[in-house]
Amino acid sequence: MKAKFLASAGIVAATAVALTGCSGGNGGGDGGGSEAASCTNTIVNAEAPQVTVWAWYPAFDQVVDNFNNANDDVQICWTNAGQGNDEYTKFSTSIESGSGAPDVIQLESEVLSSFTIRDALVDLTEYGANDVEGDYAEGAWEDASSGDAVYAIPVDGGPMGMLYRQDIFDAAGIEVPTTWEEFEAAARTLKDSGDGAVIADFPTNGRAFNQALFAQAGSEPFVYDSANPQEIGITVNDDGAKKVLEYWNGLVEDGLVATDDAFTADYNTKLVDGSYAVYLAAAWGPGYLQGLSDSDPDAVWRAAPLPLWDEANPVQVNWGGSTFAVTEQAENKELAARVAMEIFGNEERMNLGVDEGALFPSYLPVLESPEFENKEYEFFGGQQINKDVFLDAAAGYEGATFSPFQNYAYDQLTEQIYAMVQGEKDADQALDDLQSSLEQYATEQGFTIK
Amino acid sequence: MATTTAPTSSHRADVPQKADHRPDRNYRRRQRWGWLFVAPFALIFVTFLILPLAFAFRMSLFTNTLAAGTDFVGAANYVKAFTDPIFLQGLGTVAKFALIMIPAQMIVALLAALVLDNLATWASKFSRLMIFVPYAVPVVIGALMWGFLYSPRFGPASNIFNLVGLAAPEFLSQDNIFGSLVNIVTWQWAGYYMIIIYAALRGIDPGIYEAAVLDGASDRQIAARIKIPMISSSLVMVIIFALIGTLQFFTEPQVLRAVAQGAIPVSYTPNMYAFSLAFSYSQFNYASAISFALGIVVFVFSFFFLFLTRKQSGLK
Repeated sequence: MKAKFLASAGIVAATAVALTGCSGGNGGGDGGGSEAASCTNTIVNAEAPQVTVWAWYPAFDQVVDNFNNANDDVQICWTNAGQGNDEYTKFSTSIESGSGAPDVIQLESEVLSSFTIRDALVDLTEYGANDVEGDYAEGAWEDASSGDAVYAIPVDGGPMGMLYRQDIFDAAGIEVPTTWEEFEAAARTLKDSGDGAVIADFPTNGRAFNQALFAQAGSEPFVYDSANPQEIGITVNDDGAKKVLEYWNGLVEDGLVATDDAFTADYNTKLVDGSYAVYLAAAWGPGYLQGLSDSDPDAVWRAAPLPLWDEANPVQVNWGGSTFAVTEQAENKELAARVAMEIFGNEERMNLGVDEGALFPSYLPVLESPEFENKEYEFFGGQQINKDVFLDAAAGYEGATFSPFQNYAYDQLTEQIYAMVQGEKDADQALDDLQSSLEQYATEQGFTIK
Repeated sequence: MATTTAPTSSHRADVPQKADHRPDRNYRRRQRWGWLFVAPFALIFVTFLILPLAFAFRMSLFTNTLAAGTDFVGAANYVKAFTDPIFLQGLGTVAKFALIMIPAQMIVALLAALVLDNLATWASKFSRLMIFVPYAVPVVIGALMWGFLYSPRFGPASNIFNLVGLAAPEFLSQDNIFGSLVNIVTWQWAGYYMIIIYAALRGIDPGIYEAAVLDGASDRQIAARIKIPMISSSLVMVIIFALIGTLQFFTEPQVLRAVAQGAIPVSYTPNMYAFSLAFSYSQFNYASAISFALGIVVFVFSFFFLFLTRKQSGLK
């Protein structure tokens, strides 16, 4: 509170310059020495040029060691600069100050255009990205490219499914719902059974989660192409989004779902202690669940496909998923691009990511391998969740377009959904208000609205 | 220092007689030493405060929009800031905090100091330490800790309220978040203000109390009529501290936002707004303008308050 925040913007920019002034010249072939000290990992070949990488994947240290042992002519110098927004904040500040960014950076596909518009990412088509296009799932590649340009190499995806507690369902006599209609019926049955659990949580701060649910009913919030960066189309209040939000608002009003904030300690506990019978999750969700403590020892988890709006016309959606991009500040862009393509563009290392880090790969040689398809998950009582759920979900995903101010859009979405859950407005009003606030913001930022 | 310890009696006698340049040189030499002593501080002060401030001020005179690039706009960002409903709403929020939170801290601090001043047992020394301890907890840690205490799942509230058969209040809901924040800040800062007030009370000549007792004054009268008026300058200082801190309210709501994203929007206070503008939405220029605008507001409020209390603080 006492902090002189007044000057912080300037101070941070100034310190960023000062700090990075000492460590410039990465990737320029001056490896070893003082540089090695700033890496989290050990450099195997001190003579080789280094490429700095920011990433937060679980078990990434093993992947980096594997890469460095396998390559004599290039070494990865890895730093975990925080997860998601924490990392983006640092990256954003180094873009502003003109130095301090790594050569290669992990970015979720939804924020790529927020950085391309600031000319912070390198178009990888110059460095052979098109040659590896065939190695990656179509939807993931689509998310990483804009028009003809390719701004990142996909790593993992988040096709969505439904993780549920078989034991709670059985106790309440509920069949696994396959449509949202059945999901609502199941929610009522569960509430009437009176053991205190609700079917699921609808977090107002779900951000990409909420957006994915809207997309399942055909919502396409943004039209944007980096080749034409001043133009944007915004339709966050289309019928699909309104239908979905109205549906959830109904569940909220009837007390059939919880509205706890996601990703808090409370939420993590409730996920595994039986407060929610269902965790609507992305493919990285099982890994997340297993990492949580205090879980109910008698829990019986199973996976099923995400409920559908229309069984005749199944729509698959994606929540999260990340990529490696090369920054404009990289000195040796070719080498950096090679690292971005090869870190996980390799069966051995992608398998490490799958087995140790519970990633859902976008890299086809692993994604389409029989080992991955038939992998049995002990946490799910030996269920082959990839075969049963996530591979179909991934195959049906066609990609999505995000805005170049996605963080702002999500913050506004959170505010509107919170107001709705508080009973201040209905779903239609919330999305209409979101639409006008985003339009106003885009205009202020100099965009032409299509 | 050398110049004050060195002089002999003859030297001292010389000074007034031997014309003008000798004391002048002494004075200049002393000044040189002075600058040397100030240098380490000045270097850091200029590097980490003055230069960034100047840099930020320069940034605030430009705009940089996502789609249209950088332009010099002069004061336009400030015009925008003072008509920005989000900024003004944030100012309204911190003004509300100032109205509730500062009196709350003052009352707790003053009462504690007056009570401790009257007691001279080991228990009072112990209490003094205990009241002060929260200030020794870093603000971020304190806020994180309260986040857990307020949690309906991990916090003690549900257990306590269940004992008497009531439902625990939701501390992190939209309606209660204001009070929850006031509580954190009061817990953290009242002890610090108590120490300042207590020190001022200790500085009063006890002879005055004896005289008052002889005149038949009760303890309560002594507190209200003698002690409080005599420490008014300290009270003014404490209020200024609290006022500046409250207008720049940032850390506690920012930390608590992690567990109450709906109840604490990103633009809850002006500083949080500036933070998210700069680091979440990459509008560094407008964020600088918001920061300076807030600085202006803080200056005006503090100045106005000091002007109103110029009698009490002895500035007149």
